[in-house]
Amino acid sequence: MDFLPALIPVLPLLAFAVIITNGRRLGWSACLVAVGASLTSAVLAALVYSRVLLSHETLAWSFEWVRWGETALRMGVRIDGLGALMLFMVTVVGTLIEIYAIGYMAGDKTFSRFFAFVSLFMAGMLGLVVADNLLLLFVSWEIMGLCSYFLIGFYFHRPSAAAAGIKAFITTRIGDVGLLIGMILLWWTAGTLRFDELLLAVPALAGLGDAHVDLMLTAAALLIFVGTIGKSAQFPLHVWLPDAMEGPTPVSALIHAATMVAAGVFLVARSFILFAQFPAALTVVAWVGGFTALFAALIALTQNDIKRVLAYSTLSQLGYMVMALGLGAYAAGMFHLITHAFFKALLFMGAGAVIHGFHHVQDMRRMGGLWGKMPWTAWTFLVATLAISGIPPLSGFWSKDEILLGAFHESPVLWVAGTFTAFLTAFYMFRLFFMTFTGRQRDGEIHAHESPAVMILPLVVLAVGAALLGIPGSPWMGLWVQHSLDVPAYALAHHHHSNLVMGLSIAVAVAGIALAWLMYAPRPTIQPARVARAMGRLYTLSLNKFHIDEIYAALIINPTRALARGSFRFDLGLIDGAVNGMGWLQRALASLKGLFDKWVVDGIVNLLATIVQALSAVFGLIQTGRVHNYLLLASLGALVIACLTWWNMG
Amino acid sequence: MPLLTITTFTPLVGLLLILLFVDGRRVNTVRWMGVIFSFLPLLLSAAIVAVHQPSNPDFQLVERLSWIPALGIEYHLGVDGISVPMVVLTALLSFVAALGSWNITDRAKEYWIFFLLLQVGMFGTFVSLDLFLFYVFWEIVLVPMYFLIGIWGGPRREYSAIKFFLFTLVGSVAMLIGFLAIYFAVEPHTFSIPVLLGRTGSLPHTLQSVVFLAIFLGFAIKVPVVPFHTWLPDAHVEAPTPISVILAGVLLKMGTYGFFRIGFPLLPEGARQWSFAFAVLGVIGIVYTAYVAMAQRDFKKLVAYSSVSHMGFVLLGMAGFTLVGFSGAYFMTVSHGVLSGAMFLCVGVLYDRTHTRDLDAFGGLMARMPIYGGMLILFSCGALGLPGLSGFVAEFLSLLGAFGRHPWLVGISVLGIVITAAFMLLMMRRVLMGPLNERWANLSDISARELWSLIPLAVATIALGVFPPLLMHITDPTLARMLGIIGFEVAP
Amino acid sequence: MIPLAPFLVVSAALVAIGVFGALTRRSALGILMSIELIINAAALNLVAFSQHIRTSDAESTAGQMFALFAMAIAAAAAAVGLSIVICIYRNSKTVNVDKIDLMRW
Repeated sequence: MDFLPALIPVLPLLAFAVIITNGRRLGWSACLVAVGASLTSAVLAALVYSRVLLSHETLAWSFEWVRWGETALRMGVRIDGLGALMLFMVTVVGTLIEIYAIGYMAGDKTFSRFFAFVSLFMAGMLGLVVADNLLLLFVSWEIMGLCSYFLIGFYFHRPSAAAAGIKAFITTRIGDVGLLIGMILLWWTAGTLRFDELLLAVPALAGLGDAHVDLMLTAAALLIFVGTIGKSAQFPLHVWLPDAMEGPTPVSALIHAATMVAAGVFLVARSFILFAQFPAALTVVAWVGGFTALFAALIALTQNDIKRVLAYSTLSQLGYMVMALGLGAYAAGMFHLITHAFFKALLFMGAGAVIHGFHHVQDMRRMGGLWGKMPWTAWTFLVATLAISGIPPLSGFWSKDEILLGAFHESPVLWVAGTFTAFLTAFYMFRLFFMTFTGRQRDGEIHAHESPAVMILPLVVLAVGAALLGIPGSPWMGLWVQHSLDVPAYALAHHHHSNLVMGLSIAVAVAGIALAWLMYAPRPTIQPARVARAMGRLYTLSLNKFHIDEIYAALIINPTRALARGSFRFDLGLIDGAVNGMGWLQRALASLKGLFDKWVVDGIVNLLATIVQALSAVFGLIQTGRVHNYLLLASLGALVIACLTWWNMG
Repeated sequence: MPLLTITTFTPLVGLLLILLFVDGRRVNTVRWMGVIFSFLPLLLSAAIVAVHQPSNPDFQLVERLSWIPALGIEYHLGVDGISVPMVVLTALLSFVAALGSWNITDRAKEYWIFFLLLQVGMFGTFVSLDLFLFYVFWEIVLVPMYFLIGIWGGPRREYSAIKFFLFTLVGSVAMLIGFLAIYFAVEPHTFSIPVLLGRTGSLPHTLQSVVFLAIFLGFAIKVPVVPFHTWLPDAHVEAPTPISVILAGVLLKMGTYGFFRIGFPLLPEGARQWSFAFAVLGVIGIVYTAYVAMAQRDFKKLVAYSSVSHMGFVLLGMAGFTLVGFSGAYFMTVSHGVLSGAMFLCVGVLYDRTHTRDLDAFGGLMARMPIYGGMLILFSCGALGLPGLSGFVAEFLSLLGAFGRHPWLVGISVLGIVITAAFMLLMMRRVLMGPLNERWANLSDISARELWSLIPLAVATIALGVFPPLLMHITDPTLARMLGIIGFEVAP
Repeated sequence: MIPLAPFLVVSAALVAIGVFGALTRRSALGILMSIELIINAAALNLVAFSQHIRTSDAESTAGQMFALFAMAIAAAAAAVGLSIVICIYRNSKTVNVDKIDLMRW
């Protein structure tokens, strides 16, 4: 039974294999295979979760994967409190989103392919969660990346979707090679990639006090964090996530909000022992996270595409989580990951319902007044918006508050930035909410309608989760969730509760909502256009996402293409040119030798031949061909010989 | 039973039968015989795998006859852990390529004669244990290849065939000089690899260094190592599809096999002295040719350059002088054989239908050819090193092995991984995605014959990627012993 | 016993007639016949000298045998010559040697 947890990722993998090979035969029922696999995984995960929670034991099972000489790489599963919580979140959210997708994707020609890749994605994500070593984690990590690529580019006939898929894959790939090198460096320094062995090896190595080893391990930690930067879309590799919204909305909800992008955070949590030992690495993590949180929130303020606003908000929330880990608030970061998964998935699915009911228009400026037409969607969306804005007692409040608490104790600057970001979050989320659901519909052409029950049901379930999940992690329940993570001793202790932090965080949230109401209510007191004009350059900067895409195009993408073209020209011109030049040279030499042969060597031979020919022409004259001449000459010859003989004898 | 001789010369039997008894106009008979005599070695290679004992690093199935006694030249065959996978790979790809040759009707008799002769040379190279015999088989490969490219190739076939032939010949000559140097340096003079294994290690370091360079040239041109690679894109582009498969899948492997069989174990000190340059060339190959591949518009050229790029990992892995690096390099050899063969088949499938290889001429084919698209995606993912497929294991182990000795070079080489991902995805986008190009609105999806020639390769890629011991348990003891001979073991 | 001289005179006459005939005849057949005369003159000489140098104790027949050989060869040569002449006649409808210069280089 020890390998039971290993089945959790294998089931969706089997579903993928079944659907991809029998897609046409299965047709619509492909979704049943996918949902069935996820649901079974969810049940298994629940079993595992309860076992881990009750007994505080770690489930582990592994087998030897590769061996060279005396060294072996083992692959296996290891589920502790952290893994179990993630398993719970991923299977629940994943199953709900798959059910939702049955409605959302209905009628799509490539329905079965969608469920195939979602299943493969689930396999990857669950594999990542249960992995007992960095290599298996990396394998799952990459499989998720591939699925992300396919699902972003799911509408492959749209060039923008294909481009977004490539952008996502390559940008995260940059992070991935960082992680790859980090793993290799870790292997050469610590001699293992297994998390349980690292827990022992890293403190021992750090205890040596060898500066070189410390440097190597810090470098390994930072390289692993590069993987996080790519996958969790932290600055400066954040550019792919907004574009990833080209994918179908359930994909955005599952992969680009709830699970895959959170995998980067999970990675840092999993290898936290490395970071905990080396404060330099932690500091980098904290600042990258804090900066991303603020930076993305600033961009989210001005976006008009409903999914893009949510994408930037995801970036910002991921920044919170990363910052929390960097500040040592390990449990708070993970708690926020879980709550965020619920409310952000809900937001995306709500947005998906809006888009679905609004005939695939995503521009908020054309929406408005959907409250009446989509009551279920609107109510659940409101719950999620309040949760992300940090209004107690909804889930987002508790987790965000704890992060801010950690920041307050560790780094006042980051605390200020985090609190300001919380204000911005409340503002732009309610801007979205008001623009979409309140007032009158600005584009009268479109007849919006509520979504089918199969889409509403997951929304309701998630709304309940988004509302209540914070309670078990609140101080009321003694931070039960955080304790269930089996926070290791090396992760820093909890901070004392602070009324200042909590009060301020509620105050900024309310202020943000109020400001949004003033600007985007049905009859606004402050005209947004005037504010935009007043902000001038700042507004356009935010609207254009700080021109990061353009900067990358100018600094990286175009030079890379130019370098590729240049390399090819170099290859053709210089290397192949040298080869062909060598060939040409040989031919030139050969023709020189040919000339020598023709005029000197052959010349002598021909000269001799010419001489012989001339002589033969002379002597040929006596060859008349007439028998008589020959006879005469022969007779004369005989006569001469006779005379000479006679002469001699005489 | 002389299993290796039978395997090596079975194609020769087919060749003679076709040559002597079959009328060239009866294309169907010729190609059936060709396919059958390409299939028999596959069965025989399975027998070799069954008989071969992986845990024993010694040469097995040895056949040893005196051939030219005056010079100590022997007909000496045998296999160990690094030849068996090569024999299997050769048999598999030959069979797949034979299936892919089905549509060649122009001068079919000559085609199959050359094709079978090519197989004899390839098998012989991988099983001979005598340097002279090795050289003979090595050269045998050259001649049919020259004609196969030169007669059945594309518009610039003559140029490419001559370039291929001359390039390789230059390398072969250097290699032969190297072999002779080894032969005369050892007392008593011998070409026998098992005998030389224990002796050449003690040769003077300068001699080893120089001889390694000569042998390196021979193998490096075949691999090919930048800057000796320019014959490859031309040869690939002009060669007919099945010949490209053989060229990329087997012929390039002869080069890396040469390093494993001769270069490193016979001249350990030479290899060690040149290891940094070796690794640098590998990294240049990985990164530089990835960039070059990115600039290609010709589908086949893109795959050809990506081949060169992948072979860089072999060099890098070997230059690490660790068991894991050697394993990774060898894994890359096999994995690349499977993947590049499959990629060229994929290019061929498209070329047969559209008669163009211009990437900009395609677009949106996923809608018309979903099964083909799936296959192309699978193999592209394998080539770009996606975990779960064989390419990743190879890259990871190579880099892991090389890191200890050349950390910075490994750091640079990952740039190549990113670029490879980029151009592979861009290729997929140009071929499969975007709006459907109306020119191809009536394109038919992959046929059963084409699919079944790809499926064994797909299975191999996935099986090796998921469960590497399939290959590594065969190679590991041999590589471990080889490192023992080289006498250089670095953790891990 | 007849002395040597008359034989030599006859032989010389034969040679002279043969040479004259060979040089003046236009017909290939005539030339062949003249050549036969010359050969026979030589054969006559051989027989005569053989008789002339004979000693009492040793009877030599070498010259006579040579004469026999010469006759046989002459017959063979005549056969070959005649067949050549027939070939020439078939090709050029003439046996007049002035009209034939096939041997010109």
